[in-house]
Amino acid sequence: MTPRWRFWLIGGLVIAVLAAAIYFPILRRRVKRAARLQQQSEEQARRELTQPIVINPGDPRVKTKLFWASDAIDSTLVPATVDLPLSNDPVLRSKQVLNTLLAGPVDAELRTLPPDALLLAFYLLPDGTAIADFSEALATSIPSGIVSEQLAVSSITRTLEANVPQVRRLKILIHGQEVETLAGHLDLMGTFVVNTTPAQPTLKPVPTPPSTDKPASPAAADKASAPATGTLTPDKAPGKLAQPERKP
Amino acid sequence: MVSPSPDPSPVQQPAPGTTPPASPSATSSQGGVSGSATSPFGAQAQQAGLNIVVLDPAHGGTDPGARGTGGIRESEIVLDFVIQVRRALELQGFQVVQTRQGNENPSFDDRSATANAQRGAVFVSLHISSTGLPGTVRVYVNSDLSPVADSNGLIPWDRAQAPFLGLSKTFGDLVQGFLTQRFKGSPDSAQTASVRQLRTTAAPAIAVEISSVTVEDRADLDRMAPGVADAVARGAAAFKPSYIVPNSPGALP
Repeated sequence: MTPRWRFWLIGGLVIAVLAAAIYFPILRRRVKRAARLQQQSEEQARRELTQPIVINPGDPRVKTKLFWASDAIDSTLVPATVDLPLSNDPVLRSKQVLNTLLAGPVDAELRTLPPDALLLAFYLLPDGTAIADFSEALATSIPSGIVSEQLAVSSITRTLEANVPQVRRLKILIHGQEVETLAGHLDLMGTFVVNTTPAQPTLKPVPTPPSTDKPASPAAADKASAPATGTLTPDKAPGKLAQPERKP
Repeated sequence: MVSPSPDPSPVQQPAPGTTPPASPSATSSQGGVSGSATSPFGAQAQQAGLNIVVLDPAHGGTDPGARGTGGIRESEIVLDFVIQVRRALELQGFQVVQTRQGNENPSFDDRSATANAQRGAVFVSLHISSTGLPGTVRVYVNSDLSPVADSNGLIPWDRAQAPFLGLSKTFGDLVQGFLTQRFKGSPDSAQTASVRQLRTTAAPAIAVEISSVTVEDRADLDRMAPGVADAVARGAAAFKPSYIVPNSPGALP
């Protein structure tokens, strides 16, 4: 090989290395962006598939207990009583109360669940085991810590316990997957006990006629019905943080 | 599975407020197991009672845990707390084993394995919360687990904590009592929660969570470390007489 060819060969290699060094980070960013977009679109598609549970105003209105935080700092739950038209079907009813719980109280500081979290699916097995599938935001947006994660799960289990007696225990999935913990602490590999007493065959609605201003969505139902029933009214005795007994 | 216990030892009733017994002769060094009694296979040379405390600084590595607005990271603070807790325990005569020494992040099972390999140990996992009343401390024991009924006498790994729940509650109440004396506003007794780290630990196990990373000045948290360390050490010492150590590592109590 002549010196001239060697010069061109080395020069070409240097240029190729420089080009690769410049292009590689760009390519990496593109791949990451594409992966993120794909994940977002999957999540979006799933959200679109998940039909929002519209509260049917024709359903009988019942006094619904929803468990939110007692205050912004304290780690206890208190029940707020809201009149909601709820289905007698336990799956629909569970979706309705959980969506209302996710919509949050009027005072946002009393939330127990992240505002961007969604209930993607809810199933109830014949043995009373419920499976609630939440979006990833439930795990990623919740403040990390035993106390905050416990408060979140307890608000879900106690709300189901108070309103859907057919649910005996609850399994929580995140985006369709079984995960080890909620946000690094609370164990999600097992199920949480919800109701230990046998379910009643039928639900007894409170004989309250449907109001004329009918809410169109769970969130609206919460906010709209609260003032009509004297706002969200915590019961006199604040409930202590629930102690979900895990029985895998 | 955790190793079998052909002859489970009886468990005495807890003795709250018991004067800490004289310190065992063991000494320990920073970073890892110290003393001959810490060998999982050295049962013959071990003392009969509780003499090892496994400290678990939560999170680490790529998992910072709770993060405060001032750049406070749970994974870093718990390591600093562990240094003080370790010192206080050693003054009480306990040997100390850590599940991590630096910024590593062992898996939950690896952390449990560290504890399950010891004989005569209790497990203390340290956390800082994102929420809660700042300046308070909560002790957690694992929620109820279905009982272990394996005919082979083995403890299933995924429910290793089940036979120890009563002991964990006793230990947790003792530590919480000492913490509440120091940190007003803390609960009077240990709480229950499904803490992942505790479920696979075959020993009396508690999680201690300090509130919180939301403090404006990290010094506010640092000032809590001596009190937390003292409470954990006094709690372990008070618990010691009530724990008859199983015959082999990981065996039923």
